[in-house]
Amino acid sequence: MQHPVLIQTVALSKRYPGVTALDRVDFDLRPGEVHVLFGENGAGKSTLIGLLAGVSAPSDGEILVRGRNVRFSGVADARAVGVSAVFQEFSLVPTMTVAQNIALGDEPRRGPFLDHAAARRKAVALCADLDFTIDPDRTVATLSRAEQQMVEIAKALHGEVGILILDEPTASLTDREVDHLFAVIARMKARGVGIIHISHRMQEFARIADRVTVLRDGRKIGTVAMADTSEAELLEMMAGRAITEIYPTIARNPGPPLLRVEGLRAQGVHGVDLEIRPGEVLGVAGLVGSGKSRSFRALMGLLPTQGGRATLKGTDVTGWDTRRLMQAGVCYLPPDRKEEGLQLAFSTRDNLAQGVLGTDPGRGLLPWRRIRERCEAIADRVELPDAYRRRKVAQLSGGNQQKTLFGRGLGRDYDLYIFDEPTVGVDMGARAAIYRLIRDLAEAGKAVVVISSDLPEAMNLAHRLLVFSHGRVVAALEGDAVTESAILAHFFDPLPSTM
Amino acid sequence: MSATSPATVAPTDASPRLRALARALFVRLGVLPFFLVAALILFGLASDRFLTLDNLVNVARQSVYLVLVSMGQMVVLITGGFDLAVGATIAITSVVSALVMVSLLALMPDAVAPVIALGALAGFAAALLVGLANGVGVALFGVSPFIMTLGVSSVVAGGSLFLTGGVPVSGLPPEFANLFGFGKWFGVPVPVLVAGLAVSVVWVVMTRTRVGAHIHAVGGNLKAARLSGVDTRRTLILAYILCAGLAALTGLLLTARVESGEANLGGTIALESIAACVIAGVSLRGGIGRVETVTLGAFFIVLAQNGMNLAQIGSYLQMVLLGGLLILAVIFDQIRYRMMMG
Repeated sequence: MQHPVLIQTVALSKRYPGVTALDRVDFDLRPGEVHVLFGENGAGKSTLIGLLAGVSAPSDGEILVRGRNVRFSGVADARAVGVSAVFQEFSLVPTMTVAQNIALGDEPRRGPFLDHAAARRKAVALCADLDFTIDPDRTVATLSRAEQQMVEIAKALHGEVGILILDEPTASLTDREVDHLFAVIARMKARGVGIIHISHRMQEFARIADRVTVLRDGRKIGTVAMADTSEAELLEMMAGRAITEIYPTIARNPGPPLLRVEGLRAQGVHGVDLEIRPGEVLGVAGLVGSGKSRSFRALMGLLPTQGGRATLKGTDVTGWDTRRLMQAGVCYLPPDRKEEGLQLAFSTRDNLAQGVLGTDPGRGLLPWRRIRERCEAIADRVELPDAYRRRKVAQLSGGNQQKTLFGRGLGRDYDLYIFDEPTVGVDMGARAAIYRLIRDLAEAGKAVVVISSDLPEAMNLAHRLLVFSHGRVVAALEGDAVTESAILAHFFDPLPSTM
Repeated sequence: MSATSPATVAPTDASPRLRALARALFVRLGVLPFFLVAALILFGLASDRFLTLDNLVNVARQSVYLVLVSMGQMVVLITGGFDLAVGATIAITSVVSALVMVSLLALMPDAVAPVIALGALAGFAAALLVGLANGVGVALFGVSPFIMTLGVSSVVAGGSLFLTGGVPVSGLPPEFANLFGFGKWFGVPVPVLVAGLAVSVVWVVMTRTRVGAHIHAVGGNLKAARLSGVDTRRTLILAYILCAGLAALTGLLLTARVESGEANLGGTIALESIAACVIAGVSLRGGIGRVETVTLGAFFIVLAQNGMNLAQIGSYLQMVLLGGLLILAVIFDQIRYRMMMG
């Protein structure tokens, strides 16, 4: 007899120093249902499944599996009671083969020795179940992202699975692969397996979801049956307000072109032309791999260029390194704040001080008192709460980290700001603050570029919008032409069309 | 690419096909085949005695010790670490086993076999403690392997010197040296047999057991291994213990060879074993390494030393060349990595 609730959490919380990632969340999963977790980046979805899958331990609250209280001290413990997860960050070892990866952690053995043949057979069978053909002896490093995703899913199905957790499994899959995955999910549902599914694609999960739980800023907003809800209701639950309200109106007052790029070439960038003007926000949209981010990285000297010209205020800046470009008045804030944006071990103030010192060659001793005062002023401007200013950046929430990164960009007076994915993993409040900063910069006559994979963001902030595809600008839209369907249509453009 | 490719080691008038072959060989096996050919040619020209069967057999016998240590070093390198304490581990094994044998022999002069067995056991125990310390430091406390094993190396080397006062421990049972130092079984030197057995065991462990698979996984991607339910801490600790065990085996064989317990055994072997591994294509990024090629890599290092001796290159200059060789191998490894990743 199946227990009526497969997995349940009671007031489950997870706190990190300075951040409550998950705040007293009650959640339950029934046999044979698909339960979707829905929410913004940073809402706590990944934290919740991390706790359920044994990746980390809760700070407070309980997890019950089939009515029994459990305490996981690792992923292996969770797997032992049938909880299996596909993580967003792949749990594949690039140097090992497909079969070795699928078996990893639960290798078939004959006596004390590994049974390689059995592992290979099992891998082939699991992939066949997903209608996915792959050589089990290929090294994972040589697979495409979509292939790795399929291997990751096959791996989660290895062993006895009672509860399957899928963290954005469809992000890099084609429609056909998504269909196969959903067919597998339907089969597992029929067998009584409970599935927790994280996804942003509402049209997609509407096909399979039974219930949806919405999280925001670490709290549970509510659980609704998919049949009784609507897209608008879910969006409103997610954002806590009508989504358009957070985008400010930005006055446009364009001047003559500040930066002109002609025929820029680099790896993944195949001849990009564009113009950036002061006093307006230029939006940049495109799929992952469209070259939208790489073009600007190449421009900033972060990727080797293979050709093209860049002119800044009449000066040829082709091939300049990042430092010289910054001195010339260009500020670039990278998409991954932890990897290349911030000094995680420094306090917020010291991170801001880096921006103030910036490229200033300096003479003699550092005027610390003046730097401190400047940092405080900047912290006020980016709305960083007082209490966080002496904390290590690593301990702050995504939103406050991103505010710090923006503050670093305000340390000097630049003419051109390039923001690459400015609001990834940022809560609603901080997002609104960041949009206000973008508005203030543009209205103060700065040139602002917003590169974003978040389509509403790119559409709502931009005065002009460039769409990238296959390493080129395939469309430049303005005014009423900026519609979701127009942009989406260009995402898959094979060749440049109207400029 | 041709300017930096080791294809330049091959004859300069190489046809494009030969160059492509060299490139493929380099990507597959790394720098070792080219170094080996270069060494054979250079030292063959420098000395008539180098390429004689006698000399090569001699090199094979001498390389036993480095092969064993390199096996252990490889295991740790595959986890993405280092073990700079292998030399000190050899020293402590030598000193402890010798001290135990000498004192036990005084108590029971007739029971030679138990004395040798207990002495060896004591040596192993000491070495395994060293491995445990390294593993615990790296796995539980998150100390970088470089600093952890460097610190442990100093502690253990100092301890060995302290135990002996820097004086070799003599008076070992002669049977010990006769069997494990100079003995032969069916015409094959015992150290060679021991090494052959150990290499086989390591090969089986690394390719045919769960522990081996987990060692590869931990080095290939620590986080992925943890998310797959691998006990990464236990795996890391085991790797350092395995490495120390192989160093202990080497320490016992060397003790038998020099017929005394010495605290200065294994002085340069940490560097040599890392060089042997890297030349044999073990990745310093972890996850990649093969027992067969590492055996050959260790053989190459001893071969080069032998060649330099025959070419009358002094030991000071040999140190310079060995360090240079290691750095060169790492540079080629970087180039190879880029070629593999495209």
